[in-house]
Amino acid sequence: MSHNVMVLAEHTGNQVADGAQELIGKARELAAGLGGLTEVVLFGPAELASQLSGADIVVSMEHPALVDYVPEAYEEAFFEVLAQRAPRLVLMTNATVGLDLGPALAVRWEAPLASYVSRIAIEAETVVATSQILGGKLLAEVELPGERGIVTVLGGAFPALSGETAGAPEVISLAPVPKLDSLRMSLSRVIEADGGDVDIAAAEMLVSVGRGIESEDNLEIVQELADALGVPLSCSRPVVDARWLPKTRQVGQSGVKVKPRAYLAFGISGAPEHLEGMRNAELIIACNSDPGAPIFAVAHYGTVVDLFDLVPELVDRVKS
Amino acid sequence: MRIAVLMKAVPDLVEEIELTADRTGIDREYLKFVVNEWDAQALEEALLIKDANGAEIVAVGLAEDPEIDAVLFTALAKGADTALKITDATFGARRQAAVVSVAARAGLLAAYLAAEPADLVITGVQASDDLDGQLPARLAAILGLPHVSVVVSLTSEEGSLTVRQEFAAGRSHELFVQSPAVIGVQSARQSPRYAPISRIRQAMAAGEITELTVSPFLPGPAPVLRGLKLPEVNNQAEMLSGDAGAVAEQIVGLLRARGLLKE
Repeated sequence: MSHNVMVLAEHTGNQVADGAQELIGKARELAAGLGGLTEVVLFGPAELASQLSGADIVVSMEHPALVDYVPEAYEEAFFEVLAQRAPRLVLMTNATVGLDLGPALAVRWEAPLASYVSRIAIEAETVVATSQILGGKLLAEVELPGERGIVTVLGGAFPALSGETAGAPEVISLAPVPKLDSLRMSLSRVIEADGGDVDIAAAEMLVSVGRGIESEDNLEIVQELADALGVPLSCSRPVVDARWLPKTRQVGQSGVKVKPRAYLAFGISGAPEHLEGMRNAELIIACNSDPGAPIFAVAHYGTVVDLFDLVPELVDRVKS
Repeated sequence: MRIAVLMKAVPDLVEEIELTADRTGIDREYLKFVVNEWDAQALEEALLIKDANGAEIVAVGLAEDPEIDAVLFTALAKGADTALKITDATFGARRQAAVVSVAARAGLLAAYLAAEPADLVITGVQASDDLDGQLPARLAAILGLPHVSVVVSLTSEEGSLTVRQEFAAGRSHELFVQSPAVIGVQSARQSPRYAPISRIRQAMAAGEITELTVSPFLPGPAPVLRGLKLPEVNNQAEMLSGDAGAVAEQIVGLLRARGLLKE
C-alpha cells in the first residue's frame, strides 16, 4: 500500500470533465496529510493529461473499449490500476461514473466506500468523511476503517484546483487488461444532448419548479408566471424523472448549471444535486413550505407561503 | 424471461427528520416511509418490458424495511406476478436498528439471487439513504454480473439488452448488454403507472407476499458511523413576511429594483 490519493479524471471525447480539478485539489490536500502523492487515473487518449494540473503521477491505460465510458471496461481497467498501484484512498465524482463504478470497485477491491460526500479529512491517519444523505436533510459522519477506501464526492463540494502545475507529472502507462477484449457489453452510440427548445443557461431569469408542484397539470400555474415574466421554466431533477419537463430544463449537477441574474424556486427543497446547479445565481428567491429546507441556505430571500397561493398573486402583479 | 425488481422504502423527504437520542439512527416512530422513487421507476421499466415481450416479474423487498408490505402490494397491483419478502437469517445478531447498509442489503439480495437467478435484475439507481454506495453495482460485483446504472431506457430482445445510460447535461450512451445483468434505473421510459386502490386492496386481501429466510453473503468492509447530525439551519435567506399577496408584492419589488421586470 502507498500513501497516495488517487483521482479518476472523467472525460468526454477530448475534454477532461469539469469535476476533475475539484477532486485533484482535494486529493493534493489529503495526500499531503497522509505523506503521499496525488495520482490521477486517465483512461482514453494520453494527450488529455495536458489538461490536468496538480497531478504528481498520471496512470493511464489505452484501449478502444476505454475511449468512452463503458461500465464493465472501466471497472476491469480500474481494478487493474488498484491492484498495481494500491493507493490509500480513491476519489470519484458522485455522478454517473462514480455511482456506477465506485460500489463495484468497493466490492472487488474490498474497500469501504462513502457516498454523497461533502467533507473529507484525515484524523490520526484515519479517513473521515461526511455524507449528505436524505436529500441533504441529514449529515452522516463516517470513518473508513482499514488501509484503503473509496469516496464519491458531491460536485461543487471542493474548489477546483487551477493553475499551479509543478512540473510535468510522471506518466505510468499500464498494459490493457485482457478482459477488455471479452466484455459482456459494448457501446453502440453516443447520444449528444439535443439542443432543446430553450437554453436555460443563457436566460437572465428563471422560474424553476420542483417536487412541490405535485402534478403535471399544476405546471400550468408556474408556466403562466414564466410567460408573464418572459423567461423560461426550469426545474429540479424529480420533475424531469417524472417526465413532466424535458431534460434540457433540468437545473443541477446532472442537468444544466445556471447563473442567471434571478432564480425563482418554487417547491424545490434543495437537494445537493440541485444546489450545485444554481447556487451562483445573483438573486435567489425560494418558496418552500418547509422552513428547514436546504434551499433556504443558499437563497437570498425565502417564503413558506403556499406556492399555489403565491404564484397567482405574482402573475397578477407582473401582468399589471 | 424472469425479472427481479428490487424495492425498498425510504423516509418521505417532505417529513421532518429527527434523530434517536444516541444520534446513530433516525427516529422512525412518526416518520412516514414511501417507496424509493427510483425503485418505482425500475418497476415501471420492468412492466414496460413485460407489456412488450412478456416476462415474469418478481418484486423483492427486505422484511426489515418499514412499509415494505405496502410497496410490494402496490407492485402486485401494478402488474408484478409475485412478491417476495426476504428475512436475514442473521438479523439481530449484528445489526443495530439504524439504516440497513447497502453492503448488507446487497449481501442478502446476492445470496437470494445466487440461489434463484433472474435473467434481469432491475432496481433504482440509488436511494436517498445510500451511505455506502449504491445497490446495483454492489450487487452485480458480488454476483459477477455486468451492470449499468443511471439508465433512462431499457429494452430487451432475445437475451440482449439495449440500455441508455445518462450523463450530465443530457448526454447519454447507448449500450448493448448481455443478460443476465443488473440495471440501475434513473427514470423509466414513461411515468410510473397508477395502481388503483381497489387493486392494491385485492392484492392485500389475497396476501400474496411470499416470505423467505436467507443467509447473507458477507458484506465486506463498511464505513463506521460516528454519528448523524442535522445540517445547521444556516438560513441565510431573509424570510419574507405576510400573506401570499404581501410576499408577492415584495418579490415583485425585488425584481423591479434590479430592472428585471419589463415595464
